[in-house]
Amino acid sequence: MPYLVKKRQLVIPGELIAEGDYKSGKNTYREEDRVYASLIGLANYVGRNVFVVAIKTCYMPTVSDLVIGKVIDMKLSGWTVDINAPYNAMLFTSEFFDRSFDSRRDRMTDFLDIGDMVLAQVIAFDRTRDPLLTMRESGLRKITQGRVIEMTPAKIPRIIGREGSMVNMLKRETGCQITIGQNGLVLVSGKNPELEDLAILAINTIERDAHTLGLTDKISKLLKREKKERGLNVEAKRR
Amino acid sequence: MKRKEDEKLIDKKGLRLDGRRLDEIRPIKIEVGFLEKANGSAYVEWGKNKILVAVYGPREVHPRHLTLTHRALFRCRYHMAPFSTEERKHPAPSRREVELSKVIRSALEPVVFTELYPRTGVDAFIEVLESDGGTRCAGITATSLALVDAGIPLKGLVAACAAGKIDGEVVLDLDGIEDQKGEADLPVAIAPRRNEVTLLQMDGIFSYDEFKKALGLAVEGCKRIHDMQKEALRRKYTIVKEENGMIDEEV
Amino acid sequence: MAESYSAAGAFRKKKISELLLHDKRLDGRGLTDYRSVKVETGLIGTASGSALVSLGKTKVMAGVKIETGTPFPDRPQDGVLTTNAELVPLASPNFEPGPPNEASIELARVVDRGIRESKALDLSELCVVPGKLVFVVFVDIYILDHDGNLFDASALASVSALLTAKMRDYSVKKNGELKFKKDYIKLPLQNYPVEISLAKIDEKMIVDPTLDEEMVADTLITTAIGKKGEICALQKRKTGTYSMEEVLQAVTIAQRKAEEIREKILGEFIDEYEKA
Repeated sequence: MPYLVKKRQLVIPGELIAEGDYKSGKNTYREEDRVYASLIGLANYVGRNVFVVAIKTCYMPTVSDLVIGKVIDMKLSGWTVDINAPYNAMLFTSEFFDRSFDSRRDRMTDFLDIGDMVLAQVIAFDRTRDPLLTMRESGLRKITQGRVIEMTPAKIPRIIGREGSMVNMLKRETGCQITIGQNGLVLVSGKNPELEDLAILAINTIERDAHTLGLTDKISKLLKREKKERGLNVEAKRR
Repeated sequence: MKRKEDEKLIDKKGLRLDGRRLDEIRPIKIEVGFLEKANGSAYVEWGKNKILVAVYGPREVHPRHLTLTHRALFRCRYHMAPFSTEERKHPAPSRREVELSKVIRSALEPVVFTELYPRTGVDAFIEVLESDGGTRCAGITATSLALVDAGIPLKGLVAACAAGKIDGEVVLDLDGIEDQKGEADLPVAIAPRRNEVTLLQMDGIFSYDEFKKALGLAVEGCKRIHDMQKEALRRKYTIVKEENGMIDEEV
Repeated sequence: MAESYSAAGAFRKKKISELLLHDKRLDGRGLTDYRSVKVETGLIGTASGSALVSLGKTKVMAGVKIETGTPFPDRPQDGVLTTNAELVPLASPNFEPGPPNEASIELARVVDRGIRESKALDLSELCVVPGKLVFVVFVDIYILDHDGNLFDASALASVSALLTAKMRDYSVKKNGELKFKKDYIKLPLQNYPVEISLAKIDEKMIVDPTLDEEMVADTLITTAIGKKGEICALQKRKTGTYSMEEVLQAVTIAQRKAEEIREKILGEFIDEYEKA
C-alpha cells in the first residue's frame, strides 16, 4: 500500500517518506520502491515528486547564483575566493577586467588583494572542478562599505520572502541597501551604523524564527518599534 | 578464578553494582548543536561518560594530497582528555585512540553519502571529557548526531551499544568496573534502517550461545539508543514543526 | 565548509575600525566590557577539580588531577604544578590535530605563570617527604569552542577548578609512606589570580577581544593580577608595539577588571573555599 508522509512533517535521515510510485527529489534517496530522507528537514511533495526542505545545508554553487566571497589567495591567473562552500572558487583575471589583463601595466593587487570581499556571480560549476566566478556583470564589485552577516544557506529564501516581500520591506524600513548572497552571506549597507544594526537585528530575528507564520508582519512591527525606541530616522543624512 | 564475595558484580537479587538489571542501559542525556564554531556538534552523557563531538565539512582537505577525486574523505579522531580517566592520561594519542579512531570511522562511513561531495573532506572530532566504559559506543552515537546537525547527507543514523559477560551472565552496557573485571566485552553499532552491523569488536571469552545472546542483546540496545537519538533531534528542531509556516520550495 | 568568515580580512578590519572611532564594538560592547561569563564546576567525576567557563561563545574546560611524584632536585621541599593546554581541533576550523604547537604552549605557560608567580598554590604544603615524595598537581586546559580570549577563559577555568578541587586527606607514616584517609580536603591555595587580556586596535585598548577582534588587533597584552592587585605576570602577544603609557594604561585597566571578575565570578568559589 503506498505510503506518503504528511506535508511539512519533520523527518530525519533514514526515515521513510514514501513507498510506491514516487520520485526521489531533493535531499532524499531511493531504495527499491521506497524513498527515504537523507537530511533533517520538512518533508513535502509536489505531485509524485517527494523531497525534503533541509533545515541546515552547506552551500552548493549553482550557475548564475549571486555570491559574497572573500579573496584568500592569488595566482598569476586570478584570485582564489572563499564562497562559504565545500569548494573554493576561482576568479580569473579575464573575468574581472573588461579589457585584457596586461601583466606589464596592471598589478593584480591594485584591484583585489587577499582579504578583500567581493560580490560576484557563479558562471560555472560541476563535480569535476572548482566553481568559477565572474565580476564583469553590472552590480558586481569589490565590497567597500557595510557589514556582512553569515547564516545557513537554507534560510536565505526566508530573507528574500515570497517574490522579495521580506527583503523589500527590510530595505524600506531601515533605509539600508541589502544584497543577498545565495551562499548564506548578506551584505547590509546603511547611511549610519545604527541603521545597519537595526537591519542586522531584523535579519538575525528572521534567521532564528524562520519557520513561523506571518514573519514579514512580525519583523515589520519589530522594526517600527525599535526605530521609535532608538529614536532613529530612516531619512537621516549620512554622517 | 576464585572470587571473593565482595568482588561480585551481580548481587543475589540479580542487580549490578550500580543497581541496574542485566538488560538495563545507563541513564543517557543528549544535546545536539552544543558548539558554535563547528558545522555540527553533539554532547552525550552516558552514565558517567561525557563525550563531545564536532563535525567540520564538507570542506577542503588538509593536507591536500589526501583529496579523493570521486568522493569526500571522511576522517574521525577519537581523543581522550588528560583528566578523563582515574589516572591522568598523557595528551599524546595512544595506540588505543588510534585504533578506536579507525573503527569509529568504519562504523559511520557506510551511511555517509560521500559521493555527493567529491574532492572535499568531512572531519569528526570525538573528545572524551570523562570516561567510564563504552566510550566508543557513546562516540559513535554522538558522531551520528553531529553529522546530522552539520547537514551532511546520510542514509540514516548509526546507533551503538555494547553487551558483555560479567559473573557468567550476559549483560547490556558495561560500565568501567564491569569492563575491567568482566569476562567479555562486545561493542556493536548498527545502521538501524536495515539492521546492518557497522561496528563489531570483541574481547574476552564467549561460548557460541553466549555470543548469540550477547549480540541479540547489543542490537536490541542499539535500537533503544536509536530511539533516543531520534528523540533528541526532534526535541532540537521541534519548534520548526509546531510553527508550521515554512516557505514552499519550488522544485 | 570553507574557512570561516570569522578570520577577519581587510573588510572586517575596516568595519571594526569605523566603529572604534565612536568607541563602539561589533557586538555593541563598550571598550572595557566583558562578554557574559558563566562558570560551572565539578562536572568531571574523574578529575579532582574541574570547571567549564563560557565567555561569550568561547568555551574552555579545565581539569585538575593530583598524583604523587618526585620533586624537582632544586626544590626538594615543594610539590609540583604542571599546566598543559590542548587546542583540540573540535574547537575551531583552524585547529589541527597534532602535538602542542606554539600557540598552545604559550597559552599553557602564561596561565601557569599567573598561578605560579602569585603563589596561588602553596607548593610547600604539598610535600610529603622532602626530596623524595611530593604531590604533583596537573592542570589540563581543554579548549572546546574558540571565539577569542582563550587566555582569560583558561585562567578563570584553571583557578575555578583549583578552588573547587578536592584531594584525599592523608598522613605520613614514620617510614615516609603515604597513608590516605577517608575524607577529602581542599588544595592549599593562598591567592586567586585573574588574567585580563586587552587588544590594541587603532590605538584603542579593548578588553576581552572576540576572535574577530584578536585577528585584526595590532597587538595583545595579557596581565595576571593577584588578590591584592599585585601584578604577577605579563605577556605581550603578536608583533605590534606598545608605548610605555599604553602599557601602564593596559595594566591599570587590567587591575580594575581583575577585581571585578574576581568578585563577581570567583567570589562564590572563594567564599566556599575559605569557609571549608
